Amino acid sequence: MADHNNTHNSHGGDRHEHGSLKSYIIGYIISIVLTIIPLVVVLNDMMGRTATIAVIMVTATLQFLVQLIFFMHVRDGEQPRWNLITLIFGVLILLTIVVGSIWIMGNNSIGMKM
Amino acid sequence: MAQSPAHGTDHHHHAAGHHDPQDIKLLGFWIFLVTDVILFATLFATFIVLRGGTDGGPTGAELLEINGIIISTFLLLTSSFTSGVAVLAMHQHKIKQMIIWLVITGLLGAGFLYLEINEFLHLIHEGATLQTSAFWSAFFTLVGTHGVHVTVGIGWMISIIIQIVRRGLTDDTKGKVTVFSLYWHFLDAVWIFLLSIVYLMEVM
Repeated sequence: MADHNNTHNSHGGDRHEHGSLKSYIIGYIISIVLTIIPLVVVLNDMMGRTATIAVIMVTATLQFLVQLIFFMHVRDGEQPRWNLITLIFGVLILLTIVVGSIWIMGNNSIGMKM
Repeated sequence: MAQSPAHGTDHHHHAAGHHDPQDIKLLGFWIFLVTDVILFATLFATFIVLRGGTDGGPTGAELLEINGIIISTFLLLTSSFTSGVAVLAMHQHKIKQMIIWLVITGLLGAGFLYLEINEFLHLIHEGATLQTSAFWSAFFTLVGTHGVHVTVGIGWMISIIIQIVRRGLTDDTKGKVTVFSLYWHFLDAVWIFLLSIVYLMEVM
């Protein structure tokens, strides 16, 4: 363990991938911009209902990707990318739960309200 | 690369031959975060489904105040950034800088929590509690679960700082800081969806 510490630092294969200050600052600035866009749209009532929801969801998803790429470094790491595979699995379940619930409960309330 | 047993992949500059135990811990923590994604997915789905169920009582649009939420969003966003900078300092073996950035992260998180608790007290004062209606039950459960995560994160971070002060930067404590920053970025990502789906869509 101790003896392999040195080679560890020098080979650095998984150490240099933790991003640079520059990538963190870029990620931070993009996040701020992506936060301000929906705020401006909503607070100034700039668009219709559907368009506003679209803007909110698109900017939120982009910001999630920014966190993943610039801060959480999903693109780094070795092959095979188990972290990416588990994440995709998680997102699949997330979408199933959320979209499925909206779909089914939406249909139910249409049936009940008349 | 094919998923052959890790031993067979020597040809790409992986002299150690096997995974570093810290990498495996990191993957394990990542899998925990994915399960947390599923937890939040169920709470979000519940909230979205129950969003109209205010039972004639106060609605979100009436009581939620977006100004405080904007401040807490920027607090959390900045703290996500500072926790990343702390990890950078850690990789450059600058312990002091790392601790300072972690403390800043914690303070920003505490500011976020302060605003959230104030918001909850304000809502309760206005007559919106966990029992008021389906909407408010779903609201407090969803937002509160995130707040609990932030609270746990702050306590966790304090304990990591104490450990680093005592033991210094070892492979073990480094791994803990890395995992903590991952958790903290994750909380910021969840908050973005809270801001979008709960607050922005409610007040629009």
